[in-house]
Amino acid sequence: MIQLQNISLGYNSQHLLLDNVSTTFTCGTTTALIGRNGTGKSTLLRAIIGSKPLKHGTILINGTDIQQITPQQLAQQVAFVTTERIRISNLACRDVVALGRAPYTNWIGRMQAEDEAIVMQSLEKVGMASYAFRTMDKMSDGECQRVMIARALAQQTPIILLDEPTSFLDMPNRYDLCRLLADLAHQENKCIIFSTHELDIAQSLCDTIALIDSPTMHHLPTQKMIRSGHIDKLFKVSL
Amino acid sequence: MQRHSTILFVILSLLLVILFVLDLLIGSVHIPLRDILGALFGGDVDAATRLIVLDIRLIKAVVAVLAGIALSVSGLQMQTLFRNPLAGPYVLGISSGASLGVAIFILGMPLLGVATNSTLSSIGTAGAAWLGAALILAFVASVSTRIKDIMVILILGMMISSGVSAVVQILQYLSNEEALKSFVIWTMGSLGDVTSSQLMLLLPAVLIGLVVSVAVIKPLNLLLLGEQYARTMGLNVRRSRYLIFLSTTLLAGTVTAFCGPIGFVGLAIPHIARMLFCNADHCVLLPATALCGAVVLLGCDIISKWLTLPINTVTALLGIPVVIWVVVRNKSIV
Repeated sequence: MIQLQNISLGYNSQHLLLDNVSTTFTCGTTTALIGRNGTGKSTLLRAIIGSKPLKHGTILINGTDIQQITPQQLAQQVAFVTTERIRISNLACRDVVALGRAPYTNWIGRMQAEDEAIVMQSLEKVGMASYAFRTMDKMSDGECQRVMIARALAQQTPIILLDEPTSFLDMPNRYDLCRLLADLAHQENKCIIFSTHELDIAQSLCDTIALIDSPTMHHLPTQKMIRSGHIDKLFKVSL
Repeated sequence: MQRHSTILFVILSLLLVILFVLDLLIGSVHIPLRDILGALFGGDVDAATRLIVLDIRLIKAVVAVLAGIALSVSGLQMQTLFRNPLAGPYVLGISSGASLGVAIFILGMPLLGVATNSTLSSIGTAGAAWLGAALILAFVASVSTRIKDIMVILILGMMISSGVSAVVQILQYLSNEEALKSFVIWTMGSLGDVTSSQLMLLLPAVLIGLVVSVAVIKPLNLLLLGEQYARTMGLNVRRSRYLIFLSTTLLAGTVTAFCGPIGFVGLAIPHIARMLFCNADHCVLLPATALCGAVVLLGCDIISKWLTLPINTVTALLGIPVVIWVVVRNKSIV
């Protein structure tokens, strides 16, 4: 569970991306984070993983202030998938996913039998078990994205954040990926938040929608959000 | 995969032993293998042979092994940290810092009218180089605490290097022929100028640097995905950066101080290790790189003795094709 308490975010105090925002993201739900370009979707996600300092307010992860815990403790609570395309030659998918076990392994990163099993289970959950020994430099964007999500699953965190996970994918892959995220949230009782520009995917597959209308944020269950008219107001296009 | 690595480690270790013995055999004076083994293991050989084998050839071969390991491992660390296949041990300004120290020592002191037999000269070329390298690195490290983006640090290191090189050129331009020649010879690198007492400084510095490099194996593996990902997987990025800088200073800084700037080894060897072992995991790649570095620098030393060429020209001529191959193949290494 993520609680935002009166948070303000921005590059300087004159121009705040978010001002005095409070809301709660619960486990077992997928949330689409939508908003126009440059309104602070990525910044909010980065604030939750502690790499973007807040101007004001607190962020609680399962009741604990993220400022009070070590990077390693935070990594056992929140996993993150960025927009960055990762292509490492000579590193098998299994090894990439194994890096997700880092918060639990010893100083040199030695994998126990239990860790190995979690890695294979994570690859199975995203449907990439047969790719375990292939390297990512010879795979498509959709396949790589799934491996990076498997890595986040191997981190065994109650919360997974994804920054525009669908941006390099074609239409069928976008739907498949979002369906996978919804299934993971419901079956594994995880709190999944991803930023996206796909309004139709957000409306059809997500449980709640958080809409940033800088400097405020509306966070409502999907059907309520559709009826509220916030989406139409923010994204209206005059032709 | 594991078997492939084990076989390679065995082959490279054997190659290391063979080249080490070969390096002891080759030199301006012909000494048969039996006398070399005799000198090494306390057999019956004359004093002159014992002196040549133990005080000259053995030290040089040990220095070649240490320098090969140190430069390659620090090159690997820099390539992973900066996620750049063309990074090497000198990207942070270590060699230009060392050359500034030496330039001030060899070129600057006569210009300023400081006599070469004064107390200043007792720190020696190596001391001056070490001071120069440590000073530049301390500067880069202190500035880097305020910089979040690792690419900015890379550019910063390169710009400081260029700036320092310009200062060195000014000193060169103003210097007399004799001082200039001894400076240019230093820049060509040499594995043979290390005395046995200097080896007692070089050896522990390299060993401590290697211990630190083993301690950062897990951070290096996480950094393969970049600092942002590494942070979300629980890595203390700032502390890891410092440890990697410390290791590189001890490894590359010390070797450069005693042997001069030896180019291309630190840049090319990690690529050779990646190609041979087909593995990006630093648990395998780090020892593999160290072993390849020792083997290659021993080989370069043998060639340089055989053709009487400076070591730097040999490493450059062998290293450049590897670098070109990396650029042409253009595979993302990290």
